[in-house]
Amino acid sequence: MSATASSLARVSRFYEAPVGKKVVMAVTGLVLVGFVLGHMAGNLQIYLPAGADGVYAIDRYGALLHASEELLWGARLVLLASVGLHIWSAIQLATAANAARPVRYVRHSNLNSSYASRTMYWSGPIVGLFIVYHLLHFTTGTVHPDYKYLSVHDNVVKGFSVWYASAFYIVAMSLLCLHLYHGVWSMFQSLGFNHPRYTPRLQFGAKAFAFLIAAGNISIPLAVLTGLVK
Amino acid sequence: MSSSMKITLNVWRQASPSDAGRMVKYELDNVSEHMSFLEMLDVLNEQLIGKGELPVSFDHDCREGICGSCGFVINGVPHGPRRGTTVCQLHMREFKSGDELFLEPWRAAAFPVVKDLVVNRSAFDRIIQAGGFVSIPTGSAPDGNAIPVAKKDSDRAMSAATCIGCGACVAACPNASASLFTSAKVSHLGLLPQGQPERYDRAVKMVNQAKEEGFGGCTNIGLCEAVCPKNISLENIARMNRDFTVGAWTYREAAAEGGAA
Repeated sequence: MSATASSLARVSRFYEAPVGKKVVMAVTGLVLVGFVLGHMAGNLQIYLPAGADGVYAIDRYGALLHASEELLWGARLVLLASVGLHIWSAIQLATAANAARPVRYVRHSNLNSSYASRTMYWSGPIVGLFIVYHLLHFTTGTVHPDYKYLSVHDNVVKGFSVWYASAFYIVAMSLLCLHLYHGVWSMFQSLGFNHPRYTPRLQFGAKAFAFLIAAGNISIPLAVLTGLVK
Repeated sequence: MSSSMKITLNVWRQASPSDAGRMVKYELDNVSEHMSFLEMLDVLNEQLIGKGELPVSFDHDCREGICGSCGFVINGVPHGPRRGTTVCQLHMREFKSGDELFLEPWRAAAFPVVKDLVVNRSAFDRIIQAGGFVSIPTGSAPDGNAIPVAKKDSDRAMSAATCIGCGACVAACPNASASLFTSAKVSHLGLLPQGQPERYDRAVKMVNQAKEEGFGGCTNIGLCEAVCPKNISLENIARMNRDFTVGAWTYREAAAEGGAA
């Protein structure tokens, strides 16, 4: 093979280019966005009352999700792989971006760019740290004051009764809102979808989605702290 | 009658690529609002030469906003505050007397500073070279309508082709990404029938060359589009992402080079 052909083979390696990394960000982001929506919809069952048998709806839902350990771990592995690839690509893109501008400007202007778009490298890592805390809080119970396996309702109420835990959840969900505000439309752009008719609607949809997710999730610690859910 | 304005300039002075560089302050008292920004710098340079100092170096050629030579950052905005134009077509009436302005060169590892506000943009030439050839036979001119082109495709191709390669998109991008430039070059050929045979290979090769030059990746912030003197759309970047992805995944080795066995 000649030098030209081998250089083409080299450039065809997809992931090496920033565009390839952004496609990985978008696809893994899509998986995580799907999870975030399902997770919130499931959690909102905290507002449903206990049935005639005295079992809370969310406890039944928790038992359903744990019905098959194989399926549960299958889903967890997909999510872990998505989070891992999302973070790994982001680190490589951020490193490349830093190297691409070694000398900073004396004066800055942000023009019409959104705050959310410029702070993805901040909102992302903080939400990432939150996920670690969240797993230790409600999945393993390590940092929970009184954790009982599959007693979802009691765990939520006791967990969120600690005001600073609730405060951290609210901050983290606000940052997730920022992250989705830009990320949910940005993933379509990264995957090559942009059209003057649909992109403005997508951007609006992304904002609405981000606020919906944040509002739904933030309502739960607030409901516990105000005594609405007990 | 033109009113006389007082403008304070903080200009990046850097004697050579190896010099560290620093901001230097200059006061100008008799600035006409009808001057273009570059004419105002011409006046500054006349004064500096008169005092025996080195004039401020800046790139310029046509001064009609079409050649892509000029450009530097004014108060954090490439080409200054007026949208959809280059700095040579920016006039001092956009500013008011007493304004303090900070002039800096494009900042990117791939655009090393040559002197003062002049940067080396050869990286853009190499990205275009990496795109390779277009299958357009030479010889007598083809019939006008021999190759039909849909209006919406020619509109977008021509719009992408208005890119003058000034580098403002790189300068504005927080990632110093050349995505808007590269995507404009990918799109203006990729949207036309004549550009189809090499469409996907071209996108792959140009995207890869941009990375090799040390430009960052695109995070869809949109500052490039906002400062572009030719209003090149972010839509081109999506097209480039799509063509790159298709090109990278469907790539095949050629059976032989140049069509010969």
